[in-house]
Amino acid sequence: MSDAQTQIPVTVLTGYLGSGKTTLLNRILSENHGKRYAVIVNEFGEIGIDNDLIVESDEEIYEMNNGCVCCTVRGDLIRVVEGLMRRPGRFDAIIVETTGLADPVPVAQTFFMDEDVRSKTSLDAVVALVDAKHLPLRLKDSREAEDQIAFADVVVLNKTDLVTPEELRDVEAAVRAINPAAKIHRTTRAGVKLDEVLDRGAFDLKRALENDPHFLEAHDHDHDHECGPDCDHDHHHHDHDHHHSHSGHGAVSPIHDVTVQSVSLRGGEMDSKKFFPWIEKITQMEGPNILRLKGIIAFKDDPERYVVQGVHMIVEGDHQRAWKDGEKHESRLVFIGRELDAERLKNSFDACQAA
Amino acid sequence: MPTVAPLDLSGHCIAAAFLAGVPHFALADGTIHRLDHGHKTSQANDGLLCATLDQTGAKLITGGEDGKVFATGPDGEATIVAEAGRKWITSVAAGPQGAIAFATGRSAFVRFTDGRTKEFVHPRSAEGLAFAPKGMRFGVARYNGATLHFPATEGKPVELEWAGAHTGITFSPDGNFVVTAMQENALHGWKLADGKHMRMTGYPAKVKSLSWSARGKWLASSGAPAAIVWPFSGKDGPMGKAPLELGTRGNSMVTSVACHPSEEIVAIGYHDGMVIAARFADSKEVLLRRPGKGAITSMMWDEDERRIAFGSEAGDCGVIDITG
Repeated sequence: MSDAQTQIPVTVLTGYLGSGKTTLLNRILSENHGKRYAVIVNEFGEIGIDNDLIVESDEEIYEMNNGCVCCTVRGDLIRVVEGLMRRPGRFDAIIVETTGLADPVPVAQTFFMDEDVRSKTSLDAVVALVDAKHLPLRLKDSREAEDQIAFADVVVLNKTDLVTPEELRDVEAAVRAINPAAKIHRTTRAGVKLDEVLDRGAFDLKRALENDPHFLEAHDHDHDHECGPDCDHDHHHHDHDHHHSHSGHGAVSPIHDVTVQSVSLRGGEMDSKKFFPWIEKITQMEGPNILRLKGIIAFKDDPERYVVQGVHMIVEGDHQRAWKDGEKHESRLVFIGRELDAERLKNSFDACQAA
Repeated sequence: MPTVAPLDLSGHCIAAAFLAGVPHFALADGTIHRLDHGHKTSQANDGLLCATLDQTGAKLITGGEDGKVFATGPDGEATIVAEAGRKWITSVAAGPQGAIAFATGRSAFVRFTDGRTKEFVHPRSAEGLAFAPKGMRFGVARYNGATLHFPATEGKPVELEWAGAHTGITFSPDGNFVVTAMQENALHGWKLADGKHMRMTGYPAKVKSLSWSARGKWLASSGAPAAIVWPFSGKDGPMGKAPLELGTRGNSMVTSVACHPSEEIVAIGYHDGMVIAARFADSKEVLLRRPGKGAITSMMWDEDERRIAFGSEAGDCGVIDITG
């Protein structure tokens, strides 16, 4: 393993055609921020900037030959990143731009599953550009749009000037329903501050969740929403004990063409002897259904916060920092995925609590 | 005692090779350095990704980020032999009668010595390339197997299937076997006569360097804390036989292997820059170079079987004289 200092950060930029990806990319490449970026694109397309570090590569998804269907990597990225890293002095960071239809999962997994890539680079964050005007339509006709939001650390809700305040509220609620853990920025012309999308450390266990206000908020709301006829989750209000304020669906949006759900769990101090086998088992068994998981865990008799994050079956955890004086020793975990059994997750999570 | 003549360069060495007896070092920045009565430099690709010697050993063929294929002679003169637009050239191979193959994206091209070029489009990326030792035939490593083409004729390609991503390819010197390196720390082989599979697994890392011993009796490989050397002298290759493990170290991985041109000896380069030679018969080892600044990326023996040119990831290259 190389030391962290030599690892080049990689930002993954997802979003449909017309979402403002190219505008954002052009800003990153042209604004005066003193950093140099190598950019991996599927097509040179409309990037108006002459830069010999823009590399075109064919999206090439490789299933690993280990019997696990969700173990996929991007073969083209392995090759290009390896090539770029042979001359690392040329750039400070790498940006991977994906096509509108690209699945972000193999892109992210490449940075965890390929040893060579992993030793030289580190995934910084997945940023999804969303066209506020067309998102409802996209959610109706494709699973990719939903996946990109579900998988993102940062969502740039762009073209907000083209929708009414009511429409914007609904779109934002839809994004929030798909992914309660992402940071959302409302913009026009992709005018987000670059430090809100670059160098986020979203996969860095030491930094992840630190700057994640939504995730840290208590989700103390009820399920008092209007559901369409195809909504099949249970409608009775859960009666949790005091430190489990929420489970089941995350926030539910009026735009109801989503198949991704999130399950947010809260609890007190956990028993590490129960928690680790549990998270291992859950990610092994439910891995294909889990797009992302993130959490902060308070272990009994442990002076430090423990953070976990995962992609499908890959799960990583580490101590992050000491609990601050007066900080509540609370455990929080969010799963974003499909066909998650909220009730079972909640009950089995509860069973990991320290006596 | 072996002696080392160091050549400290800055940058990742893609290939160390002898061209007409002169040691050459091709770096990722496209510079080609040679030790020909002093240190001389020439420039090939703008961003060099892959390199191979042509079959006469007189030219270094390189492909790169600039979408070009260069041929550089021992005088340092680099000429463009092919261009393929803005995409990277990720693999090159040299064949009989001056033919060159190169890959970019999903296409593999063969350029004949008269300048004719033929394109072979694949449904997935063309990863590794290699020519067969006899006849005008070349193989492409790809997702779920390998494809063998006959570029001189209109013959149908031969498809060799095995699930998984195949990234590198080599033919045995007798032409009886094809072996690919895979994304998942394994080699896979096919006996061409009957298509029989050979699984060569158990590597803790990806195999990036392969070298056939004299007369193709053994195939040496990197990807483990020892050089893993598979026996290919039987009619079914290494099936049912254990490989040799030479030069085992507890603290470093083998990153490059180069078999001696005539004897059953392999030069082994490690992640920490050490180079040793090991004999197949008794596993006896000789230290050729102490650890350096970076992983050994490429090695080649000269025709006189006396010197080894080596290159590293960090640019500390050189020539080992085994006779001292």
